[in-house]
Amino acid sequence: MSLFLLALGILVAGGFAALLSNRQSATALLLGTGSAALGSLLGLTAAVRALWLGPPAALQASWSAPLAAVRLGLDPLSAFFLVALFALALPASLFGHGYMKKAAAGRPLGPFLLFYNLLLASIALVLAARQAVLFLVAWEVMALTSFLLVVFDHHDPEVRRAGLTYLVASHLGTAFLFFLFLMLGREAGALDFEAFQLLAGKAGLPATLLFGLALVGFGTKAGVVPLHVWLPEAHPAAPSHVSALLSGAMIKVGVYGLLRTLSFLPPAPFAWGVLLAALGAVGAFAAIVLALGQSDVKRALAYSSVENMGIVLLGIGLGLAAAAQGSALGAALSFGGALLHVWNHALMKGLAFLGAGSLAHAAHTRDIEQMGGLLSRLPRTAGLFLLAAVALSALPPLNAFVSEWLLYLGLLEAARSPISATPLAATLALAALALVGAVAAVAFTRLAGLALLGSPRSAGAAHAQEPGPSSWLPMALLGAGCVGLALFPAEALALAAPAIAAVARQPVEALRGLLQGPTRELALPVRAVALGLGATAALLWAWRSRLLGARPPARSETWGCGFTGPTARMQYTGSSYAQLLLSGLVPRLLAPRSRVVLPRGLFPGRSSLASVREDPARRRIFDPLFEAAGARFQALRRLQTGRLHLQLLYTVVTLLALALYLVVRRP
Amino acid sequence: MLLSAIQLLLFLSLPPFLLGVINRVKARVAGRTGQPLLQPYFDLWRLLHKGAVYSTTTTWVFRAGPVVGLAAVATAGLLLSFGGAPAMLSFSGDFVLFAYLLGLARFFTALAALDTGSAFEGMGAAREVSFASLAEPALFLCLVVLARATGALSLSQMLGEGLGSAWSTSGPALLLTALALFVVALAENARIPVDDPNTHLELTMIHEVMVLDHSGPDFAFILYGAALKLFLFGALVVRLALGFHFDSPWAALLAFLGGMLVFAVVVGTVESVMARLRLSRVPQMLVGASVLSVFALVLLLR
Repeated sequence: MSLFLLALGILVAGGFAALLSNRQSATALLLGTGSAALGSLLGLTAAVRALWLGPPAALQASWSAPLAAVRLGLDPLSAFFLVALFALALPASLFGHGYMKKAAAGRPLGPFLLFYNLLLASIALVLAARQAVLFLVAWEVMALTSFLLVVFDHHDPEVRRAGLTYLVASHLGTAFLFFLFLMLGREAGALDFEAFQLLAGKAGLPATLLFGLALVGFGTKAGVVPLHVWLPEAHPAAPSHVSALLSGAMIKVGVYGLLRTLSFLPPAPFAWGVLLAALGAVGAFAAIVLALGQSDVKRALAYSSVENMGIVLLGIGLGLAAAAQGSALGAALSFGGALLHVWNHALMKGLAFLGAGSLAHAAHTRDIEQMGGLLSRLPRTAGLFLLAAVALSALPPLNAFVSEWLLYLGLLEAARSPISATPLAATLALAALALVGAVAAVAFTRLAGLALLGSPRSAGAAHAQEPGPSSWLPMALLGAGCVGLALFPAEALALAAPAIAAVARQPVEALRGLLQGPTRELALPVRAVALGLGATAALLWAWRSRLLGARPPARSETWGCGFTGPTARMQYTGSSYAQLLLSGLVPRLLAPRSRVVLPRGLFPGRSSLASVREDPARRRIFDPLFEAAGARFQALRRLQTGRLHLQLLYTVVTLLALALYLVVRRP
Repeated sequence: MLLSAIQLLLFLSLPPFLLGVINRVKARVAGRTGQPLLQPYFDLWRLLHKGAVYSTTTTWVFRAGPVVGLAAVATAGLLLSFGGAPAMLSFSGDFVLFAYLLGLARFFTALAALDTGSAFEGMGAAREVSFASLAEPALFLCLVVLARATGALSLSQMLGEGLGSAWSTSGPALLLTALALFVVALAENARIPVDDPNTHLELTMIHEVMVLDHSGPDFAFILYGAALKLFLFGALVVRLALGFHFDSPWAALLAFLGGMLVFAVVVGTVESVMARLRLSRVPQMLVGASVLSVFALVLLLR
């Protein structure tokens, strides 16, 4: 615990030190990065220790604020999510050093560095808090600092708009959390999580209401469809290492919150599990299809985060449903897959966002239609981005394959269940997961293929240059993590077992036993297949080189059906790549809306095509909702005249009313 | 051990022959003599000894595409048993690895196509991955039906001893599944009615257009990988359709080889009597295959 506190202290102190040395940009950057990296390293050590050796003693201290107290603990569930946070924060902070030096362009960086460190500290605090008020305070600091980081480029109106959307969404979500914790506190009679833990056995608990509040409140943060609308706006707007942190670590806090709340409630009924699984499956599909329509590489990655959170949610829902039906193995596999996917996603999405940041910076655009040919210009950065693309498509031999494989096993377990409706639902969910995986492959061949391959589509991309090792070394660290988690799945699961057991409400040893069979069975083939793949590919490569050694390959233009003057504009575009799938095969709701004016007549006039990619959840749900609410609240404006004496009158009337209420209630 | 070695050898050597049989059937139905049965081997041999031409836009991804594609398909072959000996690798849920290894091959083939910067190949890559995103759920549904019918979780067991009794208890469901699996096999291997391997117009092709720019040994790897993939899907269909269990592994192997011959003849016949579907019809066919396997599942759950 002291190590964890030390990490928090270093983060906060380093942030303020960076602020104080605001004038000297280089010093501030060094202080900020150094403290963030050191704090993350210490925090990672503390979290892994807590997960491996068991939780350290909880910290208790008093706090003078009303209802508040300082209660910190590192139980397995907290430690599990802290590992994801700090494992990503370390490379992201290192990457940020080189990235911000270029992005700052003479701006003082002190405030940015302070907010960055405070964001890290507040996420860690949210994960370790064991008291409702402390949790909410940390939650609010997390929301505000991340907002301030998102609007770093506030000269851009687009970024300001994204920031506002984020701020509103985040606070609406938090409102639900206030309700949740107030109700939990009223039921438990105290605001400590320890007291909440005892609620599970209490009769007459409004459990469904509490679950609903947690689902909306935490689901907003986790990007559960359709509450995800802020996410594809906010995550791309931030500097890339912050995007990585937001997408890789912060949205997981929503999952943590949901799991934590579930641990306060009695064992979840079957219906909750089905609800979560359905939300997850539908959301994952919708999000990956929407990702397919984006031409901004970071926006597409943000949608992919929504997709991956959908997969995690599917796993959690499946686990709850399996536990409700008494299938211990099914629950262990599903929760194991879901939690492992949290780690996997933190690493691979972090890698993808860092890579996207470097690529966008080098090519001076985030639009994949303006990129192209970056692999030959930035071999290291682009190669690592390609690795992330393979990992995000859940292909072997990389890490996401392992967690999805566990989910498939969980679904199969449910598909074999003797109860009649369950197998059908599980099979459909399994088909949905396969569909999502295959569409993800479309989305990521598109992203990687258009951004990295072919010939450059703009002057910026043509003159792009590889950044220094300070940019690609942190990415290589994350890439190594992706490969490592894939090759040692049994070890990763053994480390995560206490957290999975806590979520599945099973004893750790029993859970280890349940998971041991399948994972040990998997670990060997996965390594064998990785080795076999590598060896076969190497052999074939060597053979090919020998065959071609006799006849040196000629170089020529790409085959263009006999046309000899190809230009970069003749390449397939991102929208055409996605068109086949988007125009006919997916629900029209998810397809981009396009307005086409075809050339007509013997002397065709102007023809045009405009395509709008709007989020359907925003267009169909939130925009109308907010407009309607805005129109209704217009009436209240008459009360708000801005005259001081009226405002004072309101205050006096309110106070009198409250006093009257107290007087009336007293006897 | 001996059987495993023979099995591996058959897997690596027979696939081009399968193509030869399909071509011969098509030629006979059309009233031609047709090319020699071993022509695909001659083609591979010739290609291996040719030089290559690389486009100036390409990177290592273009060169790696055929290599990774072939390696992934060959590795997927380790997960399947061909009747005689058990598969080299077998574990619960190995069919996920099987499907995703084929996905890896597809991923890199599509990337290699995009690496040329050609609109044709981009189009082919887009079609391949888009149609595959429908074929994949259909394949998984078929395999889930098998898992449910046999109570097994690994490919070897699903297609192994339990299959015989499953045929006797839930024959109709397995028949539907075999049909769906056959459709998926045609789609995944770019055969008629989804794609025409012999077409000459780039605009209408799917798989072939992706590999327009590959030449020499690279192209040989691609053709050989495609043949291996057809063999794998054929093996899935044949093992499922054969059903019953043989006591002697040699008999099982012989039956399997006979089955593969029939599979090739059926594919050739289908290609002879059917025209290619319009591109917009292909998804309907694949969704139809998924629906068939869901029906099969409903029959099982009855």
